Amino acid sequence: MSEEMRRDARIYLLGEEVAQYNGAYKVSRGMLDEFGPRRVIDMPISESGFAGMAIGSAMMGLRPIVEFMSWSFSLVAADPILNNAPKMLYMSGGQFGCPIVFRGNDGAGGQLGSTHSWCVEGLYSNVPGLKIAIPSNPYDAKGLMKTAIRDDDPVFFLESERLLSIKGEVPEEEYTIPFGKAAIRREGTDCTIVSWGRPVHFAMEAAETLAKEGISCEVIDGRTIRPMDWTTIFASVRKTNACVVVDQSWSFASPGSEVAAQVSEHCFDDLDHPVLRVHSDDVPAPYAQNLEQEMLPNPRKIIAAVKKVTYRA
Amino acid sequence: MPNATLASNLASHLVKSASVTRTEIPGTTLLKWFYDMALIREFEVRCMQAYQDKKIGGFCHVYIGQEAVAVGCVAALEHRDPIVTAYRDHGHALARGMHPKHCMAEMFGRIGGCAKGKGGSMHMFDKANNLYGGHGIVGAQCPLGAGLAFATKYEDEVIKGGKSDRVTMCFLGDGALNQGALHEAKNLAGLLDLPVIFVVENNGYSMGTAIERGTTMAHKIITKAMGYGMEGIEVDGMDVLNVYASMKDLCDRVRATSRPAFVDMRTYRYKGHSMSDPRKYRGREEEEQYEAEDPIGKLQKFIKDRKVATAAEIETIVDRVKVDVRDAVAWADASPAPGLEELYHDVYVEKWGPYTGTSLPEMLRESGVRSQE
Repeated sequence: MSEEMRRDARIYLLGEEVAQYNGAYKVSRGMLDEFGPRRVIDMPISESGFAGMAIGSAMMGLRPIVEFMSWSFSLVAADPILNNAPKMLYMSGGQFGCPIVFRGNDGAGGQLGSTHSWCVEGLYSNVPGLKIAIPSNPYDAKGLMKTAIRDDDPVFFLESERLLSIKGEVPEEEYTIPFGKAAIRREGTDCTIVSWGRPVHFAMEAAETLAKEGISCEVIDGRTIRPMDWTTIFASVRKTNACVVVDQSWSFASPGSEVAAQVSEHCFDDLDHPVLRVHSDDVPAPYAQNLEQEMLPNPRKIIAAVKKVTYRA
Repeated sequence: MPNATLASNLASHLVKSASVTRTEIPGTTLLKWFYDMALIREFEVRCMQAYQDKKIGGFCHVYIGQEAVAVGCVAALEHRDPIVTAYRDHGHALARGMHPKHCMAEMFGRIGGCAKGKGGSMHMFDKANNLYGGHGIVGAQCPLGAGLAFATKYEDEVIKGGKSDRVTMCFLGDGALNQGALHEAKNLAGLLDLPVIFVVENNGYSMGTAIERGTTMAHKIITKAMGYGMEGIEVDGMDVLNVYASMKDLCDRVRATSRPAFVDMRTYRYKGHSMSDPRKYRGREEEEQYEAEDPIGKLQKFIKDRKVATAAEIETIVDRVKVDVRDAVAWADASPAPGLEELYHDVYVEKWGPYTGTSLPEMLRESGVRSQE
């Protein structure tokens, strides 16, 4: 964000605790000192108001980055982020676009309880006019963020509180990662596992275990949900003839279900078994640690699904 | 008694302007306002006919009775000042300078419409005239209005290093008084010193609910401004001279101080909330009382009394309005429906998957407005 803000004065950051507090999760540490209070702006707890305000400013050509402390709190801003940002270009017949990035923590895993554990990709991926990026590692976070900020369309950038502390190589130099280009995290021949965001780590863990049992998995990290890289996914499934989708949102009408539907439609003759989906259980996120871990799309569930689609159960 | 507060306050809330008096307004300006107000009314009458003829679909909210508000407020602004409004928006579009043919073609869902027929009655946008919509969800335009003011101030001060020099006008109905979005927008505008004016077009009803049935302090809604640290004024919106004079002063103050303001603009809609509203919630007597206060009739009388124009000259303007709106209807009717390729156009600026990018409507192609940067 800082690199981009140095490049373009139209970019500014606003959100709760982003400035004086240095970010509720320290993501914006040092930015107030560098850019000052006119470009790194503390907001009151007023998501509907400041999301709408940022959208209005984007209609006029500014390029705001809006931090939701948690994507769970974006629900009170549903009208501006779903009714205004992604539809403005269409409703105005091409006159007013909305170059804006909404970003924040998404997903369960820290015993935060039901209200603070939303996986909003399940809700928001349904809406045309927006893009969704969901990085799984520090390298991608930088490259995808730069692409998001430079994008002329509204981007929902889903970070994970549980991934904020992981370490990884992040080059100092300039690079961007295009949207709609998946990464193959692990090559394999027996089963394709498609995932994005935090569950990519669960998929990698499962693939590691399965390798020891002689099952070779290809793990695809989608990186973005809208656009989804169908080309890479279909090519992999045509090679492995089996597919498991791992998605931390609920299964009903989710991006994971969309992948299962698309793979079934486009790779029907290549599949040895129907596509299986591993999601969070279809219940509100519980507080108790054991229940929460059980609810998430954990490696145990992924291993069971892969064994089923490869007839090794 | 339904809407007693509104009726009793109508005449007593004339805000006396310090700097502009009625006699200072030039005759040519008065005649322009008369044309604009008559144009809006005739446009809306023809919309109602076209709706009955099923040329217009969906929801259609007409502005008849409130013409002095849009015309007076727009006159008080500079052209560079952005405006944003709710769904009863045809009047604002026409007052701001949108050609009636593009406005009517949008109503008809045709490619010649301001949004290529993809926005409809509630979503009028005009980049060349700094009209940022036309928004269908009650109150949703209020945070956007704060954002437009944020952007003008940011451009003027942070990017250009100068002084904030634009005022945003955000129109809303009295129904929006009860939406959280307005209150959050007012709070942010107050906190950030945003040069935005929230103009409540207080016509006494949110759909069929009289204002006092829906909001507290209905007799004094400017109290809803004070809590956010902003100035609030009450204006008789049935008199365009008064609207202009009051709003001109207010715009000058907001431009100079970069502080937000709030206006209780007392007005009345003669017709129903939308085309499907039989207006059973109010009496004919009340409607007649306001029709006697008709803003167009009032301006016409003022023009005659001041001898700005003769009765015959006024008749010529009325005739011109009729011809202009008739031409707009004919133009709209001749404009083709949008081609099916428009379905996947303007969804994203970027071309990807089935999406074909974006382009400006015909209305703007010749006007030098650039597409999305």
